[in-house]
Amino acid sequence: MGHRQRRELLGKLFEGIALAATVFGLLVLAFLLLDVARRGLGVLSWSFLTSYPSRFPEQAGIRSALLGTVWVIPLTALFAVPLGVAAAIYLEEYAPRNRLTRLIELNINNLAGVPSIIYGLLGLELFVRAMRLERSILAGALTLSLLILPILITASREALRAVPMSLREAAFALGATRWQVIRHQVLPVAFPGILTGMILALSRAIGETAPLITIGALTFIAFDPKSPFDKFTVLPIQIFNWVSRPQAGFHARAAGAILVLLAALLSMNGLAIYLRYRSQRRYQW
Amino acid sequence: MGLTARSVVEISTARLQRGMAARWREWGELAVQALLFFAAMVSVFTTIGIVAVLLVEALPFFQQVSLKEFLLDPQWTPLFAQKHFGIMPLVAGTFLTSAVAVALAMPVGLLSAIYLSEYASPRVRAVLKPALEILAGIPTVVYGYFALLTVTPLLKRIIPDLETFNALSAGLTMGVMIIPLISSLSEDALYAVPSSLREAAYALGATRLEVAVRVVIPAALSGIVASFILAASRAVGETMIVAIAAGQRPTLTLDPRRAIETMTAYIVQVSLGDTPHGTLEFRTIFAVGLVLFLITLVLNLIAIRIIERYREVYR
Repeated sequence: MGHRQRRELLGKLFEGIALAATVFGLLVLAFLLLDVARRGLGVLSWSFLTSYPSRFPEQAGIRSALLGTVWVIPLTALFAVPLGVAAAIYLEEYAPRNRLTRLIELNINNLAGVPSIIYGLLGLELFVRAMRLERSILAGALTLSLLILPILITASREALRAVPMSLREAAFALGATRWQVIRHQVLPVAFPGILTGMILALSRAIGETAPLITIGALTFIAFDPKSPFDKFTVLPIQIFNWVSRPQAGFHARAAGAILVLLAALLSMNGLAIYLRYRSQRRYQW
Repeated sequence: MGLTARSVVEISTARLQRGMAARWREWGELAVQALLFFAAMVSVFTTIGIVAVLLVEALPFFQQVSLKEFLLDPQWTPLFAQKHFGIMPLVAGTFLTSAVAVALAMPVGLLSAIYLSEYASPRVRAVLKPALEILAGIPTVVYGYFALLTVTPLLKRIIPDLETFNALSAGLTMGVMIIPLISSLSEDALYAVPSSLREAAYALGATRLEVAVRVVIPAALSGIVASFILAASRAVGETMIVAIAAGQRPTLTLDPRRAIETMTAYIVQVSLGDTPHGTLEFRTIFAVGLVLFLITLVLNLIAIRIIERYREVYR
């Protein structure tokens, strides 16, 4: 075999290995999903969705966890989205290139990498204790808001940056003020991108477990939350609780709850992809 | 047409109103800008809040437990009658699970980055890349379930003396989770290498593999290293997988078959228990949290620094 041929063969071999590595993650993902589906599909029923947790696995359901998630996530969006978008607007449209701006940007980059459980410690001391919100839905939503803020800011900044400069310049030339330009020209165009970022950030929040455990969200709730000041649990905490028990019956319940959680995530991500696709078609520069 | 007194008054009032409106608009502009600035500062307040909370609770802890004991005592038993406050076992547990995770994710992530950037056709890339991202979007509690109930039983067939809770399963599962982090960031770095470099190597007769290994990877090395560091930081801070599958037994060991406890899992353990707030036992989670925060802060800052530098080089 010639020298050149050997090098080509080595290259082919490497390509195969690299492809295998790329597919490896996807195979594990498929295996995980099949495994969960195999164990959890049998559990799914109307009574599983509408029953409270129980000491008996066959009676245990996710009613309070599902309601808790339905309370916490919109509240989180209510706090985090306006703040995140506003911060992104400031950084993209107003901020001067100075050291303070650099510091804010560096800080956001770092916050995105702070472990979520640290946010839980912050939430425990700030919202649960100092602000006396106790282990309430409100305390949970505020904690998750701070957690997803860096993701929201980064995604919104990207959406704003994608708006062509010419659009801003045209509006300025007609005498519009900066805020008028942003409100009437930039935001409408950036809106689908911001919405996509918002959905992705919330899908991070919906799966978060550790910070809510740290602020003391409970694992056993046998009532429907009625206000933001009520105690609560969420789907991931319910899953954690069931996984941690020795009985196989609870493991099946955990698998069922995982299927519900993944279905929620899938529909949110599907919506985000659809919105991105639609916005790409609508504006062509 | 002469101006009547009345029209003069009308004009000047209109001018005055227009001037006031302009002034109001200016004030409005300033108010909006101030509000937006405040929103941007919330992230800075968050960091200040984190540091303040950790320090306020950790300082009283260090008044009772010496820094020497905290760093050098080989045992961590704050919840037992015989109390020891040496954080080493928790750090060792965190190191062990993270090392297993990074050892799996580094080669796999880098290889897939090379495949996506250097080999895959645009169509294949458009499918594979978002598919890989799904791995990063799955909640960690789901990975925890997977580690404990699927990976551990599978591994037990190969390694009979594997404990039910062990660092290996948790680490491997965490490794799968951080693959997309490494592959996506590394791919960005590989992709940013100018194609003129590749073309020059091809012109000299290099094969695709040689171009990738000898030209593209060295040129993108800093970005690749940054992705490894960020992945390590993520693994150090990961909580649910290790809390579910790695155990709650602080052990100073490097044997991944054994049950251990990570820093994050310890915080979860205390949060779930009924340790009263304000006690020395409860303050341990803030001391542990402070160490965790400092480790990830250093890793994040190094990675951010490196990424910023390579962005400058190829812009």
